Amino acid sequence: MTLTDVLFYLLAATTGICALAVVVTQNIVRAAAWLLFTLGGVSGLFFLLGADFVGATQLLVYVGGTLVLVVFGVMLTAQGPFINMRISAAEWAIALSVGLILYGVLAASLVISKQLEPSAGQSVSGEMADSTVLGQSLLGQSQAAPAGYLAGIPASVSRERKKMSYLLPFEIVSVHLLVVLIGAAYLARAKRRRSAVVPASSPQRGDGRTNGQQLGVTV
Amino acid sequence: MEWLSSHKELVDGILAIVEASLLVGFVAGSAVFFIWLERKVAGRIQDRLGPTRVGGRFGWLQTIADGVKLLVKEDLIPADADQMLFRLGPYIAFCGAFAAFIALPFANGWVAKPLSIGVFFILAVMSTEVFGIILAGYGSGSKWALFGGIREAAQMVSYEVPMALCVLVPVIVAGSMDLNYVSNQQAGGIWNWYLFHDPFTFLAFWTYFTCATAQCKRAPFDLAEAESELVAGFHTEYSGLRWSFFFMGEYGAMFAVSGIAVLLFLGGWQTGIPFLPELSSWLASALGDPEQLYGRYWLGWVIGNSINVMVFVVKGWVLVFVQMWVRWTLPRLRIDQVMMTCLKYLLPISCALLMGVSLWQVAVYPWVRSYFSYVLCAVCVGLFAWMAVKVVTTPSHLPVSVTGATNLWHRGPIPPELAQKP
Repeated sequence: MTLTDVLFYLLAATTGICALAVVVTQNIVRAAAWLLFTLGGVSGLFFLLGADFVGATQLLVYVGGTLVLVVFGVMLTAQGPFINMRISAAEWAIALSVGLILYGVLAASLVISKQLEPSAGQSVSGEMADSTVLGQSLLGQSQAAPAGYLAGIPASVSRERKKMSYLLPFEIVSVHLLVVLIGAAYLARAKRRRSAVVPASSPQRGDGRTNGQQLGVTV
Repeated sequence: MEWLSSHKELVDGILAIVEASLLVGFVAGSAVFFIWLERKVAGRIQDRLGPTRVGGRFGWLQTIADGVKLLVKEDLIPADADQMLFRLGPYIAFCGAFAAFIALPFANGWVAKPLSIGVFFILAVMSTEVFGIILAGYGSGSKWALFGGIREAAQMVSYEVPMALCVLVPVIVAGSMDLNYVSNQQAGGIWNWYLFHDPFTFLAFWTYFTCATAQCKRAPFDLAEAESELVAGFHTEYSGLRWSFFFMGEYGAMFAVSGIAVLLFLGGWQTGIPFLPELSSWLASALGDPEQLYGRYWLGWVIGNSINVMVFVVKGWVLVFVQMWVRWTLPRLRIDQVMMTCLKYLLPISCALLMGVSLWQVAVYPWVRSYFSYVLCAVCVGLFAWMAVKVVTTPSHLPVSVTGATNLWHRGPIPPELAQKP
């Protein structure tokens, strides 16, 4: 029972119990708080595996970005029905069965892949590629091959990874995200009312923008 | 020694606990010092003296008195508060600020966990501090707290972006995110500090410091806890020990961001004295100890690194003092002004600095690149020296009390020869 094992069990238990609490709790804001610990636990598991960069990115993007947005939305719109959610027994039954089926599929695939290649069970804890190697791998100059085992590839296919630059797909995804952001901002804009001329000091113009700056469409 | 190598896990665990305790002790001790310093600085800037009664003339023990008061206060949780979230808020805020110290090197190699992604890790864990604020604001069940919490969360999340971009500027110059490596690159004279390396890192320091002040919700960006605006913002309903957790978190975050600024821009633990190689190796050769335990001249190493630790801590404290100085000097910004400053000014500025420093590395004449730092260093040091001379030689007037006495240290009736006419 090494220190790594103890820490793993601790982090896995934290993650699992908090994930369960997200589903079980009846207050939606508390569910968001439990989700914080779940994502933090996952980040801890990444750090335990030695993947520092991924762990830090998980904290930065998921916890510091996505979850903040979720909590904002949940916090500001949590009215009566969501402060105390009552879930009927039928919903519980369906959710439990779907969850168990998914768990069964994942566990079965893991066990079967281990049975197919019994010799490849090396532990992946320890130091992984540091940020320099990751950056070079992004540009295609070197290849940060993980020390772990790639399961599910037939024996005839070579496990040698070809040098590939990930920069172009990365940029394409970034532009995609920008398009999504602009679209969301456009869809969520305050719409100008078509009815009688509204004086500038009216509360209906409460979004703080001046006269000539509203985007086109009047609704 | 065999016992140590065979029980490596146990030793690692004990070492981790010792390092964590040292860091918590440092953060708490710094917080004690900062609370006293804040009150003294506030007093002096407002033309008064600050605490002068507890523990001698300068109020050294004022923080202890404050701590005792906070400990014995009634632990009050409002009836409308969400019990779990209200209790959770302060701890998340404190842990987010404290976790940054894991990757903060205090001297060469003296870091709790050497990470190759040091500064990225610090930014990531400090972004979790927002949660403590949000949960505290929502969980208090009070409108003041909710408004304060939302404004605060929006401000902290927005300012993370230009802060990260400004942090990238010296990282590009150094070529690594490892804070230990970045500080080692600034060894030698004061002109090697990244502050003077090129105009873009120079501007990045001031931009980073502004963003860091906003990130720590310090004035002039402290609308979320503004005493005159929102009662007390997100910590309205907190009193006693829970409130002190928030403030330990705030002072911890102030030192953490100051520490990053020191490591990235101001040479870290380097003393900046020219013609003096790394202090520990110089001390090792001076003391002449034979090779021992760890295969290096360990006494000189310990003493040299201890001096480096003190240099780093003093530099960090100076930057925290600057933050306090700014707080009590500048008026507060409105929340829309805060967001406008971030999105319309600081963000484009930091993007421009990022592009500029990348171009500087590749597209500027080499002789400009190598001599620029000397010129900028000379200009800055000269300016600083001139300001210091002006401050010292300007005649100052003693504060005069109502009775016309100028010596305010006396207790009791003022002897007639000391009471001066106004």
